[in-house]
Amino acid sequence: MKILSDIAALLTGMWITWKHMFRRPVTIQYPEEKRQPYPRYRARIVLTRDPDGGERCVACQLCSAACPVDCISMQPTEDTDGRRSAEWFRINFARCIFCGLCAEACPTLAIQMTPDFEICTRDIMDLVYEKEDLLIDGCGKSSHYNFYRHAGIGVTQPRGNGAEELPPVDVRGLLP
Amino acid sequence: MMYDTIDIALLLAKIALVFFVILTLAAYLVFAERKVLAWIQDRKGPNRVGPFGLLQPLADLIKLLTKEDFRPIGADKWLFYLAPAMAAIPAIMIFAVIPFGAPLTLFGHTVLLQVSDLNVGLLLFMALSSIAVYGVALGGWASNSKYALLGSIRGLAQLISYELSMGLSLVPVVMLARSFRLSDIVNAQSGCWFIVYQPLAFVIFLISIAAECKRIPFELPEAEGELVAGFHTEYSGMRFGLFFVGEYINIIVLGGLAATFFLGGWHGPFLPPVVWFSAKVLAFAFLFIWMRGTLPRLRYDQLMHFGWKILTPLALVNIVVTGWWLVLRG
Ligand code: SF4
Ligand code: SF4
Repeated sequence: MKILSDIAALLTGMWITWKHMFRRPVTIQYPEEKRQPYPRYRARIVLTRDPDGGERCVACQLCSAACPVDCISMQPTEDTDGRRSAEWFRINFARCIFCGLCAEACPTLAIQMTPDFEICTRDIMDLVYEKEDLLIDGCGKSSHYNFYRHAGIGVTQPRGNGAEELPPVDVRGLLP
Repeated sequence: MMYDTIDIALLLAKIALVFFVILTLAAYLVFAERKVLAWIQDRKGPNRVGPFGLLQPLADLIKLLTKEDFRPIGADKWLFYLAPAMAAIPAIMIFAVIPFGAPLTLFGHTVLLQVSDLNVGLLLFMALSSIAVYGVALGGWASNSKYALLGSIRGLAQLISYELSMGLSLVPVVMLARSFRLSDIVNAQSGCWFIVYQPLAFVIFLISIAAECKRIPFELPEAEGELVAGFHTEYSGMRFGLFFVGEYINIIVLGGLAATFFLGGWHGPFLPPVVWFSAKVLAFAFLFIWMRGTLPRLRYDQLMHFGWKILTPLALVNIVVTGWWLVLRG
């Protein structure tokens, strides 16, 4: 009988919702009860330093090119030793969608996402972060990487001194 | 019958009491609904305003009162402003005939715990419940909006599908109690509740009142998934609130009627009659909320099919069988 199976189906549904009434709610009571996000959670962005304390960012503009909402801007500059850095570096968090594409694009691992999501304020202009607000003293998630050890040939160390870099070949010595 | 001052004072006190209790209860039913639905969905529900969120209805009221009272261009002004009241007032008027407790004796007067012991109480209920649909129909029509109009058309289609079976399911009750007077119906159940004799009529009545108060398996006139909010799409502020409160008053009133007709009204062992009556009403309210948290919405052709081809014939058969049974029993 179809009607009997229909009634049984209705009662099954009622029984399931009845059971759920006595379950513990999954709600997290936010301001009182805070959830610790995972380390790779994508929230407030920082600019990190390399293990030797130098700024990692080389102002290559790749993050700002990758950003789908164009909220990163910077002015590149070059030191006397040929090392590049950003004169100013600005992220507009009011616009950022925390997609993490900038962090993925960065060749020097300078720009990184942190799990700190509580950055809302009353004044929207407070969400425009300058370089001083973004730059931190630590290395962030990659504690060993130093871009200039692997690349930037001849900028911070003489040729052939980088990690995994062979001494320069004496071109003439290879002559038969 | 002669009335003296005390009689009139008692009557006015009863009316004030009923108004106060019903309106408060309706506000807290909204709160209860939000809580129970939240529990069903593994959430916590409103818990910020006051202890356990108990002041939430007050906050809702303030919000509704301070909102803009909006009227769409081209809306029929008078009907648009009157419709919410037309939906809410009949609902609360029905409560006048429901006996909510055993008669008391105060100042040497017998006080019926019922605003008016009308000898055609049941018919008054049928009439008022049909009038209530005018609020829905005219509100939707006056809004000058397609969603509202569709909602009110559905409201009418729904009315003609359940009203008949609701009336027919009450005929056996009248046959058993031999009266249209609600206090007689309650007294006829002092021994045994009518649900025992009339389980089928009870089920039909329950389904019909679910349709009458536009609750979820039958909330076609609102159908927020398809019609935005149906007949009250264009209403804002306290006018929307009035529709809303009318619906919850309807739940209380229809729960009270179901208790009166089938569950013995205020009769019950040990506890005082008023407590029994309230418990039964709240049980029905809980059942409706629980159904809302569980069941999907029917299409309106399904509802009409169900009302006309299943409920109405069943109710008719039930009347005939009850008649035979009454005749054979003598
Ligand atoms: S997280 Fe996405 S939106 Fe935000 S700055 Fe980076 S690339 Fe732009
Ligand atoms: S943060 Fe990274 S990607 Fe952006 S400019 Fe600096 S080095 Fe380039």
